[in-house]
Amino acid sequence: MSFDNAYEALIDGHEDAHWAFGTGFSEALAGVDREVPAVDRADLTAYCLMLGDDALIMSQRLAEWCSRAPELEEDVALANIALDLLGQARLLLTRAGEVEGAGRDEDALAYLRDERDFRNVHLAEIECGPFAGGDFGTTTARLLVFSSWKVAQYSRLRASADPVLAAVAEKGLKELAYHRDHAAQWVVRLGDGTEESHRRMQAGLERVWPFLAELFTAHAVELRLAGVAVDPAELRSEVDGVLDAVLAAGGLTRPTDVPAARVNGLAGRDGVHTEAFGYLLAEMQHLHRSLPGATW
Amino acid sequence: MDLEAQFERTVAAEQRVEPRDWMPDGYRKTLIRQIAQHAHSEIIGMQPEGNWISRAPSLRRKAILLAKVQDEAGHGLYLYAATETLGADRGELTEKLISGRQKYSSIFNYPTLSYADVGVIGWLVDGAAICNQVPLCRTSYGPYARAMIRICKEESFHQRQGYELLLTMMSGTDAQRAMVQESVNRWWWPSLMMFGPPDAESSNTEQSMKWRIKRNTNDELRQKFVDMTVPQARKLGVTLPDPELKWNPERGHHDFGQPDWDEFWQVVGGNGPTNKQRVEHRRKAHEDGEWVRAAAAAHAAKHTAREGVA
Repeated sequence: MSFDNAYEALIDGHEDAHWAFGTGFSEALAGVDREVPAVDRADLTAYCLMLGDDALIMSQRLAEWCSRAPELEEDVALANIALDLLGQARLLLTRAGEVEGAGRDEDALAYLRDERDFRNVHLAEIECGPFAGGDFGTTTARLLVFSSWKVAQYSRLRASADPVLAAVAEKGLKELAYHRDHAAQWVVRLGDGTEESHRRMQAGLERVWPFLAELFTAHAVELRLAGVAVDPAELRSEVDGVLDAVLAAGGLTRPTDVPAARVNGLAGRDGVHTEAFGYLLAEMQHLHRSLPGATW
Repeated sequence: MDLEAQFERTVAAEQRVEPRDWMPDGYRKTLIRQIAQHAHSEIIGMQPEGNWISRAPSLRRKAILLAKVQDEAGHGLYLYAATETLGADRGELTEKLISGRQKYSSIFNYPTLSYADVGVIGWLVDGAAICNQVPLCRTSYGPYARAMIRICKEESFHQRQGYELLLTMMSGTDAQRAMVQESVNRWWWPSLMMFGPPDAESSNTEQSMKWRIKRNTNDELRQKFVDMTVPQARKLGVTLPDPELKWNPERGHHDFGQPDWDEFWQVVGGNGPTNKQRVEHRRKAHEDGEWVRAAAAAHAAKHTAREGVA
């Protein structure tokens, strides 16, 4: 690029949308076999949505910090984590649409489904700051729990009989391990730092702890997809080990395990969400829905 | 040789001044002020576009926008680092921003009211910023010039993404085309104001030109921007809202009308549509984060103490 005319590239006739370097995703899984394994397609679609919705909704929440973080370095880090998760969500929702075979792409799935059709866990959707519901300590507590759980899940998912899920897990695992380390460092800093930060970090843990049990509760779809899906019950001891080690390093106390009650036995994986979730979707989806037929 | 004479010679010879070189106090102060204002602009500039991240109309657009706003935070970081090579302190500069003692680019005091604004900001606002900033890649102070090279590359990329969004919207529905035109109408004049007041009224230009901190006058850059933007607008299929805008074959440039300079001075003076909101947002983030920064510092100090004992 010539510095004396930064504009010349604008009208050089190559306006075919190759500019979004680092934000495209079709190349991310180049060369991966996209064959659908011989399992129930509705189940596999639902499973891809569970994984994709976890990543999408967690990303949406983390992006709320953008321009509101405690320091600029953290604005960059949280945006980066949100971007990684958004990238994973796009691959997973695209796979869900492909397996479903009804012509829905990532955007149709993200923007045109209603609340009852989202299958993310509650931990991803609850408010943990910067607005109501928490602060940076709460956000850090959620990020530690979420990413520790996802690392355990994705490390097993690498052996999935679905080649696309295995590839997403392979790529995503490195990102999630970084997210977990980033959160763990903050948990230790805040736990150890000042009296106030210790109190806030502990309060953050108390806020998210009731949502832990759901992470390890298998849904019927996950159990039916043996060989493709990971049984979340298997992840518990690994995740507990990580959480205990990080909390100990920060001088923090593991909250008592009192799981949030379900609704008639149902929770996020069944499409039964928290009240805050409807507002999240209203905001996320409104523009897309208000201009039907638009191209973006 | 006298230090001042040596400095003048370095600058006149288009050589770079580096942090450890002697420099006049006025040069140092002017640079700190200019670079800090630029850093503040990047940080405040995260808000108008960040306003649309949660509502971006496709996941691809959400990723592009989030990455762009993240880049702005990164630009703020490099620029604050450049001020630190001149002896400034990032914390103090932030205090000056949130107490209103230092300014940022006035363009960010305009609100973003539709998704087309994301594209128009990329095209016109980042475009005007690039026009202002490209010459700074050759500015006399080394760390600033090097930061600007990196920033200009990324800004240029953002500008193309903004323009690409607008091209896509213009190829969409009538409602989308109307959204783009409405946004261009709102942003055109504020974009022209980004080059600052007419040269006759600009107080800082002369000395800054001599020190090679600034390389072109406001009016020169404004003309360059208009000349470059007109063909892009044509290709896009939008009308720039200036009845006086036309090619002048004798000058070899476009003639164009004057922005409303009263509005400019009002916005610069703090009475723009979002001045208070932008500064308040920054102040709140800074104050809400105080306990986190204090904790990080306390932890680091304890860690050092423990290492010392061990």
